[in-house]
Amino acid sequence: MATTKRCVAFLFGIVMASTASAGLPIQHWVTTTGIEVYFVENHELPILDLAVNFPAGSSRDSRDKAGLAGLTHALLSQGAGGLSDEEISRRMADLGAVLGGEMDQDRAALTLRTLSSPRESSAALELFAKILQQPEFSPEVLERERARMISGLQEADTQPASIANKAFYASLYGDHPYGIANASTPQSVSAIGREDLLQFYQTHYRSDGAVIALMGDVSRDMAVRIAATLAAGLPGGTRISASLPAVTYPAAAQTVRIPHPASQSHILLGYPGVRRGDKDYFPLYVGNYILGGGGFVSRLTEEVREKRGLAYSVYSYFMPLSALGPFQIGLQTKREQADETLTVVQNTLAKFIKEGPTAGEMKAARDNVIGGFPLRIDSNAKILSYLSVIGFYHLPLTYLDDFNREIAKVTATQVRDAFARRIDPDKMVVVIVGSDSK
Amino acid sequence: MVFLLALLPAAAHADIQEYKLANGLKIVVQEDHRSPVVVTQVWYRAGSLDEYNGTTGVAHVLEHMMFKGTKKVPAGQFSRLIASAGGRENAFTANDHTVYFQQLEKSRLELALRLEADRMANLLLTDKDYAKEIRVVMEERRWRTEDKPQALVYEQFQAAAYQAHPYGRPVIGWMNDLEQMTVADARDWYRRWYEPNNATLVVVGDVSPKVVLQLATKYFGPLKSHPLPVRKAQIEPLQHGERRVTVQAQAKLPYVLLGYHVPVLYDPEREWEPYALEILSGVLDGNASARLNQNLVRRDRIAIDVSTGYEMVQRGGTTMFQLDGTPSEGVPVADLENAILGEIEQLKENGVTADELLRVKAQVIAADVYQRDSMFYQAMKIGNLETAGLSWRLLKDYPARLQAVTAEQVQAVARKYLTTDNLTVATLDPQPIDEHAPRHKEIPHGHN
Repeated sequence: MATTKRCVAFLFGIVMASTASAGLPIQHWVTTTGIEVYFVENHELPILDLAVNFPAGSSRDSRDKAGLAGLTHALLSQGAGGLSDEEISRRMADLGAVLGGEMDQDRAALTLRTLSSPRESSAALELFAKILQQPEFSPEVLERERARMISGLQEADTQPASIANKAFYASLYGDHPYGIANASTPQSVSAIGREDLLQFYQTHYRSDGAVIALMGDVSRDMAVRIAATLAAGLPGGTRISASLPAVTYPAAAQTVRIPHPASQSHILLGYPGVRRGDKDYFPLYVGNYILGGGGFVSRLTEEVREKRGLAYSVYSYFMPLSALGPFQIGLQTKREQADETLTVVQNTLAKFIKEGPTAGEMKAARDNVIGGFPLRIDSNAKILSYLSVIGFYHLPLTYLDDFNREIAKVTATQVRDAFARRIDPDKMVVVIVGSDSK
Repeated sequence: MVFLLALLPAAAHADIQEYKLANGLKIVVQEDHRSPVVVTQVWYRAGSLDEYNGTTGVAHVLEHMMFKGTKKVPAGQFSRLIASAGGRENAFTANDHTVYFQQLEKSRLELALRLEADRMANLLLTDKDYAKEIRVVMEERRWRTEDKPQALVYEQFQAAAYQAHPYGRPVIGWMNDLEQMTVADARDWYRRWYEPNNATLVVVGDVSPKVVLQLATKYFGPLKSHPLPVRKAQIEPLQHGERRVTVQAQAKLPYVLLGYHVPVLYDPEREWEPYALEILSGVLDGNASARLNQNLVRRDRIAIDVSTGYEMVQRGGTTMFQLDGTPSEGVPVADLENAILGEIEQLKENGVTADELLRVKAQVIAADVYQRDSMFYQAMKIGNLETAGLSWRLLKDYPARLQAVTAEQVQAVARKYLTTDNLTVATLDPQPIDEHAPRHKEIPHGHN
């Protein structure tokens, strides 16, 4: 059923994924094989949610085989422990269990949602353990999934939003792993063989470095047993140090124009942003809310949409990662007015960096972020994702209590200072797909 | 399965209260005390279903204008007040309804109700705001439909499948109608449909129903209601043979969308066909091992993706049972279409297995539990049923109704409705990207 919305999803949610839960009783332990476990016990719904996270995100790819991390992740559940892809999905469906996954530049996760009743949960967990521990990467399945991935890439290369996104990462990160993370091509995917998958799995899906998040209707004792069972069968040993190289800041402004016949231009602007645990994180977070993260009440929305009617959606966000994740501003507008809109965006950003926020904006931002705290942890699914992020990035268990306190302390001067030091509006990467100007 | 059935009482939707104010506003409150938050949704029984040719998209345009202020709460302030209260808010328009919602910490409930009641009656709708906002809506149409090949296919599919019924017109509206629209059209729409007797307030969260009623009475109670226009049923004439439409757009992969006219829920006490159609959709596409994915994607590798869609709750009294897919590299789109039709014939001929039926039912029961993790989703279910003229009470019976469906019934609805003379097929014919080619082929037309 066709539905239209006044605005796309609240993009500041991406940044909020870094927050955890004040007063949430997070239990934490380490299994005998060294896996970190984060658990919140809650019996209000008969549901168990769990996620197993690995440092196996797409930044682990090499350029000549870009797409390997994604393909490995996709194939885990497509045949394991003597069960075919069909048998696995059949059994999961019979149990009413839902298998899922998440993937970004840093992290690859497998998730499971199951009824917590003993028969269903134990059978679902047994299947889940097979998928984690004994994936088969059969040549037939590889061939099929590789072909599907290649078709998807070819299709994406014709669509302006995907073209813009790919050019954005290539321009912002170049040969940094975060550039390669978004550089899959039909050629690089074609080059991936079964031995590559096996090796990637052995190297990156190991017990050291894995983080298990558990949420819901199980006792602590049961959670300990579940984590131990999942941990026991993972590849062990000492892994190679996986730290990422530093991101280089752009030396000069860079504008990439890509022709496309679409009726709208897709415009992205960016700069290297923040890392997890960054000292400037809180001022940048508050500042971004004011600039372009706060949905309808942001400066970008006010200038571009409310005052001038130039775009349906305009946003900005920081995506905090292990290394400097992107700061991005994005919008789409009728191609004839692309340059005009870009100028409005650039002026809005420059003014914000030069003058900083007003006292009124600071109060409104703090009120929203702090007052909206309960909404961030109002479901098991949301809590599970916070547990994964806290664990994966080694954030303190009190991270969320700290978060509200830190937000409350941020001043307008700090916001202005942090933006001025961290974002250089004269050296941004600008990508424009489809426009009438040369 | 016996064990799963025993779960049913735990999944029952027990704590729902229903009220009606003297002015006709319906209020449904579901208590959910897991977190100190509250979801409010105001559902108007006004969507593209109620539009006429020439002003398609006006329901959605008015939705945009609802954020443009009243005398008490000037333009932009609605969003600022909710944001400062730590809240999130938005709205959406569909065929059957227009919905405004807020998510807040529970003590802020009163703010949401005060603001919604104010804009139900006092919207300003100035020429100046309209002139800017209609441009935003046209940008939205470009973004949502014009440049998205599969969205264009869907739009053409609906237009071909429905020749008289308003479901044939896009919710976002035809571009020409948006270009011709005036603020008077929006005002007219607002005056016609934005009445307490045409709305349902749904509240889900850590609240007391009595307090909700008290606050709703305080703010919505004083609003006067007016008689609503007569809604004339617009019934789609019987289809007499297959319909085909092709869409050419810049893309790499072809795509095909097939659909059959099928019934929706109308008399839930007696009908079983909608439930059988829902199970049928599950057998074809309910999980990764279901027939379409297993046979066409995994076994035969002729498709990259295949899926089905069926929604039994529709105020318009009709809907399409849809199947769509993207063929694998080198596979003609006609081959995929034939393979999908082959799966349908196979099912009509041999029915479904007991295992398949149990599998779909197990998923239904689990999904009924899982959806309780989202207050927003629960409010959506309530509002959707109420606005369609059904009752939230159906939520309680829904799993049991699906459990009661037999293999014979699934086969029977497939045989009855998935027939060639009831079929519409829309195909995407992908065109190479040529940035020099004029995108809009203008065909001259006379004005009068």
